[in-house]
Amino acid sequence: MNLDLSEYKKDFPIFQRKVRGGNSLVYLDSAATSQKPTAVIEAESNFYRTINAAVHRGAHLLAEEASDAFEMSRSNVASFIGADSSEVVFTKSATESLNIIAYSLGNPDSRINIKSGDQIVVTEMEHHANLIPWQQLAKRTGASLSWLSFTEDGRIDLSNIKDVINSKTKIVAVTHQSNVFGTILPIDEISKAARAVGALVVLDACQSAPHFPINVKELDVDFLAFSGHKTLGPTGIGVLWGKHQLLEKLEPVVFGGSMVDSVTMTGATWASAPRKFEAGVPNMAQAVGLSAAIDYLRSIGLNNIAEYEHELTKYLLEGLASMSGIKVIGPLDLKDRGGVISFTVDGVHPHDVGQVLDQYGIAVRTGHHCAWPLMRKLKIAGTTRASFHLYNNREDIKQLIDGIEKVKSYFKVAK
Amino acid sequence: MELDSLYQEVILDHYRSPHHKGLSDDKDIQVHHNNPSCGDEITLNLKVQEGKVSDISWDGVGCSISMASASVMSDLLIGKTFREANVIFEAFMELMQSKGRSDGDESLLEDGVAFAGVSKFPARIKCALLSWMAFKDAAIQVME
Repeated sequence: MNLDLSEYKKDFPIFQRKVRGGNSLVYLDSAATSQKPTAVIEAESNFYRTINAAVHRGAHLLAEEASDAFEMSRSNVASFIGADSSEVVFTKSATESLNIIAYSLGNPDSRINIKSGDQIVVTEMEHHANLIPWQQLAKRTGASLSWLSFTEDGRIDLSNIKDVINSKTKIVAVTHQSNVFGTILPIDEISKAARAVGALVVLDACQSAPHFPINVKELDVDFLAFSGHKTLGPTGIGVLWGKHQLLEKLEPVVFGGSMVDSVTMTGATWASAPRKFEAGVPNMAQAVGLSAAIDYLRSIGLNNIAEYEHELTKYLLEGLASMSGIKVIGPLDLKDRGGVISFTVDGVHPHDVGQVLDQYGIAVRTGHHCAWPLMRKLKIAGTTRASFHLYNNREDIKQLIDGIEKVKSYFKVAK
Repeated sequence: MELDSLYQEVILDHYRSPHHKGLSDDKDIQVHHNNPSCGDEITLNLKVQEGKVSDISWDGVGCSISMASASVMSDLLIGKTFREANVIFEAFMELMQSKGRSDGDESLLEDGVAFAGVSKFPARIKCALLSWMAFKDAAIQVME
C-alpha cells in the first residue's frame, strides 16, 4: 500500500477497549456512524468547560465567546464544502436537514414551492432519509414522485434520464454515494439534466462529505445535507447547505427564539438565512466538535483519506472475490466507488453473519441499511455491510475475511 | 464459546428444516408481521376449532433465530387450547426477558428452551419473538 494512515488510529480512544470475546475492536460500520478522535471529544467537552453560554443572546463574555466559537464553526463548515457562511444552517442531523427543505418546499408561502402536478425525482437507491420526506411532500402537495432506477451492478441507470427528469420536474433529490452499494453517482450528469428543465438539485452528501473533498460550486447543486457524526464529529449536529438566494425564498419550518426579525402579539417576521432555520438554542458544543473534526480531517487531507480508503476497498473486493458463496451487492470495479461494501453469504442470513463476526470483535452493519426499496428490488432480505474510515487498515480486512470463513463453517455452508 | 449459547444445535436444525412452513389454504385468519429494523417478515395462518389452535402454518424470510422460533412455536401451539397456548406464550416471554438467568421450563417449552441463550443478546430477542407476536395478533383477531 502506497499510503499508510495507520498512525492515526491511536487518535481514536475507542480502539483501546475490548469487545465481545475479549477481542480488539475491528470497526467496519463507519457508514452508520464514525468513531471520534480525541481532538473532537476534547473540543466538545472544552466548550462546556470553558465557554458554555447560549449563543447570540446575552451581553456577557461567555455569550460572546460561545457565539464566536459557534460562528467560527459555521465558517469552517462553509470552507469545508466551498460555500459561504451565510449558506450553512446547523441542524440536528442530515435527516433533519433534508426534512427542512422538503417541508419548506411544501409551504405555499415559500417563494419556491411544490404544487399539484409538479414532479419530484429521487433514485431507487436512496436512504429512507432522502426518500420519505419527498414521498410526504408529494402527498401533501399533490405532486408526483418518480425515480431513476439502478443497474444490476448498483450503478445509477441514466438511460431514461430525459424521460424521468422532464418539464414537470421541480426537484431532483439524489444521494452522492449509495450507503448500500458504495456507488458514487455522476452528479454532473444529473445536475445537467435538472438544469435543462429548471429543476433544483438536492444532494445527500452523508456518505461523501466525510470521505472525499466536495465543493458545492463544482457539484452545481442547490441544497446539500451531511451529518456531523459520520464525519468524525459529534452526534446531534447536521448541516444543511443551500444557495443563499434560495434559502431566502424558503419559509422556516421550526419557530421560536433567535430566528426572528421582529415579533408582535399577532405575527412575526424572520431573520435572514441561516438564522431563520435555527430556532431555539442550537447544539453549540456539537457544532464546535464538528469544526474540530473538519480540522482533523483536513490535517490528514481528504484526498489522502479517499486514496487510502480506495486501497482498502480494492483489498476487500479482491478478498471477497476469492471466496466461494459470497456475492458483492454493488460495483465490483473501483471506478467511482467509495469504501462501502455490501455482500451476501449464501445460506446465511445477514443478521447471523453479523452475529458471528461480532463474536470476533468485528462490527459490521446487517439488514436493509434504511434502503428497503433497494432490497425489495433486488429481492434480498438484506446484506452484510463493511464500511471504512481512515482508522481502518489491512489487518481489519484480513480479520473480516477470516471471520466470514468462520461464519461459513459455523453455519456449515459450502466451502 | 458465547455464540454456542445463542445458536443451539436445536435452533440450527429447525432453521435448516423448519416445521409447518408453507401457508395452508385452510385458515381462519392471516396476519403479516415484520421487523422494521432488520427486515425480517412472517406471514402466519391460524386455524381454530372448538377453542383449540387446530393449525398454524407460516412463511417468511429472516435470520436463523426468527425462522427457527416460528418452527418451534408452531410445533408447541398446534393442538393446544387457547388457555394452554397462552401459558406457553407467557413462559416464552418470561424466558426471553430473563437476560440469560433462566433455563426455561422444558416440560412446557420443549425445544423452546433452546432459545434461553437468545435472552443474553438484546438485539436478537425481537428476532425470536417475531412469530410469537404474529400468533398473539392472530389469536386476538380471531377471538373478536
